Amino acid sequence: MTVPGKDRSMELQKEMLAGHYRRLEAAPEAGEPVVYTFVPGNLTELIRSFDALPVLPEINALQSAMRGRSQGFIAEAERAGHSEDVCSYVKCDVGMLKAGNIGPTGTRLPKPDLLLLSYTGCYTFMKWFELLREEYRCPTVFLHVPYQGDGRQTPEQRAYVASQIRKELIPALEKVTGQRYDEERLRESLHRSAQAEDDLVAVLQSARLEPSPIDAYFGAVYYVGPIFSAFRGTPEGAAYYRALRQEVEERAAQRLGPMTPSGRLDSQKYRLVVEGPPNWTHFREFWRMFSDEGAVVVASTYSKVGGTYDFGFRHDASDPLGTMADYCSGCYTNLSLPERVSMLVRYAREYRADGFLIHSVKSCNSFSAGQLTILREVEKRTGIPGGFLESDLVDARYFSPANLKNRLESYFQMLDARRARSET
Amino acid sequence: MNCFVGIDLGSTTTKAVVLDERGETLGRGITNSRSNYDLAAELARTEAFVSARFALLEREVAQAAGPAVLARLLKAFRLEQTLAQLARLRARIEEEGARAVPQDRRAPLSRTLASVFEKMLSEEEERFDDPAPCERSDFFRDAAGSAFARIARDLADPRGISFELLAGLYDKCIVKVENEPLELGFREHIGRALERVGDRSLEVAVDRAVEAPLEVAASVGTGYGRARLPFPKEQIRSEILCHGLGAHALFPGTRTVLDIGGQDTKAIQVDPQGIVTSFQMNDRCAAGCGRYLGYIADEMNMGLHELAPLALSSRRPVRITSTCTVFAGAELRERLSLGEKREDILAGLHRAVILRALSLLARSGGIEDEFTFTGGVARNAAAVSALRALVAENYGQRRLNISPDSIYTGALGAALFARRAAA
Repeated sequence: MTVPGKDRSMELQKEMLAGHYRRLEAAPEAGEPVVYTFVPGNLTELIRSFDALPVLPEINALQSAMRGRSQGFIAEAERAGHSEDVCSYVKCDVGMLKAGNIGPTGTRLPKPDLLLLSYTGCYTFMKWFELLREEYRCPTVFLHVPYQGDGRQTPEQRAYVASQIRKELIPALEKVTGQRYDEERLRESLHRSAQAEDDLVAVLQSARLEPSPIDAYFGAVYYVGPIFSAFRGTPEGAAYYRALRQEVEERAAQRLGPMTPSGRLDSQKYRLVVEGPPNWTHFREFWRMFSDEGAVVVASTYSKVGGTYDFGFRHDASDPLGTMADYCSGCYTNLSLPERVSMLVRYAREYRADGFLIHSVKSCNSFSAGQLTILREVEKRTGIPGGFLESDLVDARYFSPANLKNRLESYFQMLDARRARSET
Repeated sequence: MNCFVGIDLGSTTTKAVVLDERGETLGRGITNSRSNYDLAAELARTEAFVSARFALLEREVAQAAGPAVLARLLKAFRLEQTLAQLARLRARIEEEGARAVPQDRRAPLSRTLASVFEKMLSEEEERFDDPAPCERSDFFRDAAGSAFARIARDLADPRGISFELLAGLYDKCIVKVENEPLELGFREHIGRALERVGDRSLEVAVDRAVEAPLEVAASVGTGYGRARLPFPKEQIRSEILCHGLGAHALFPGTRTVLDIGGQDTKAIQVDPQGIVTSFQMNDRCAAGCGRYLGYIADEMNMGLHELAPLALSSRRPVRITSTCTVFAGAELRERLSLGEKREDILAGLHRAVILRALSLLARSGGIEDEFTFTGGVARNAAAVSALRALVAENYGQRRLNISPDSIYTGALGAALFARRAAA
């Protein structure tokens, strides 16, 4: 069914998510084990090969925010002693826990049987799970994933992560789930992942077309939802990406733009590259500030936060542990600043961008540290003017519509003025 | 004559600029925004047209009578405006007073009010005759408020008509007077001003200036309240672009612009054509903006224009890093309780405002030569002095441009955009 103003895939994605939350609520009764893990570098295929279900706390936080519920949870966490400066994802999650652990779609979230940290680039993740471990007293596995300071993963680093998966994670999963590690089953799952990844990359790269049939930031948030969360490697996930690709290719064939809060955006005035996560409390309002001005995002780094596929990585079923090590290490925020700059420069060129924006969020140092350096460097290398926006992930107190609108309008008018000058 | 209008609806003040066909400034107007953008825009625009007519008048009489006569005529015109506003204020206060006090106190109140207003009127007349009157606020509210309070304090009788009663009546009525569109029109007051100056040779020129058709060919709005203007989207411009273009028009060598307004600070880089190439602005927190200095002035019970002279007398500025507007009062009282001198605290506060601005400038790409400072805070000599020192310290020698009309930079840029769009 297609809801007016929304694409079919968006509705499908929403249904998949709601279904997953319902399954989570029923998990204790159904005897399905539950693993809490984070989006960047997550090991969904491995978790699900043990018939365990993943819970992703950042997804809960952002989904709560999109439904207008994060502020109450943050207040709850602050009453419990977390300062205003603590990452708002953490506070939203802690607050939700204190308020009875009712997830964003109104269903109860199960307790974890295992806490699995498979990306250590964010120190806050580690502290976050320490808090949850205190609360739930459950087994915890912290994989140490080396930072790619030199811009690439060495063979030693790869072997190091793979060995942690083999020696620590797999035995822990076996113990918690009572099932034996089944490599064949994992391979099948990884194979499906690679298919979905091919489809996703085709979708994201369709933004090279003019007009772009997708919005590669706001729209892509929906597109990456299943693959970065519970559905990578599942038949359901693979089917979703096949359908999504078909939908986007149909749109591209008709030279149509994506659906946005301002309607279908066929006439695209500005093609933008965006760095940084979006704001979730005013997601559509923020998007509208772009779409009302005719701005479409053609590439973003946030849509690579779970993993970067567009430069060639695919899950490789022939080397399950090695490929999972690559995946953990290759998520966007584990890349060095020079790597991030190169990626943005490449996007700006390959997607023929008119502009480049950074949305800097107060909560996330993994993203924000160094963003001004990135801004200047990308400007210097591409000659494309950069713009800087500031708000937060799920704390509405940091979202100032007048201020953001002012900056965005100024930015678009600056692009107009430069265009007018280059035409004369 | 075709003219072009730019309106800058700032958070604190609203400014309007009228340009002629050649892009020369004909008139400017400014008023308090007072959270009523519709009225503020109308008042600033009206005032800009009054001053535009003066510019026409100036062109008419420049050779015939000379600039001194013209300046006196302008002064007389301002006096007539002020007298009209005072008459309205007095009528409002008497009306309100009659409601507020019992029958037996009405006559004494009326007598006291008559004395207060007579004194205020005579002070205005003296000011008119004074060749170098002392500086005061541009706004009727502030100028009238401080005169009223001073005179009322002298004439009040604690056992009869108390100062508190008078001050209460003033506070209640000034808001109403401010929120009514006043007869600020050129036509209304120029005749009386002409009589006052007593130079009949100007009559023809005045008539021509009054009758000259001023057709608005295009208008552009900008500033915090821009969305309130009844203009189509194409006629609304970002204040960042307007400040960039306005600064370029005032000083064509400008490459970096700093604008410190009521609740925004903007650091802007422009190219040789005045086109913005990069900018940074404060987030939603208005720390270190013009409002901050306003709160400090209130806390110190001083006029905003009195802050800079006191700060400049400091010998040992206090180091202050917080420019949080909400905590401005607390910071001030804490420093006073520690025994710091008022002037030293004020000098430190001004420096803190500039330090915050420098951080935005650095983020926007630094300070290039020439550097133009705009917005209301550019009128503050202590802020300018701190800026000069810190720029030299961090960037070396830079030419610093400040126009006496810097507060109109955004409105000027908007008017220039209007002119470009019509071309």
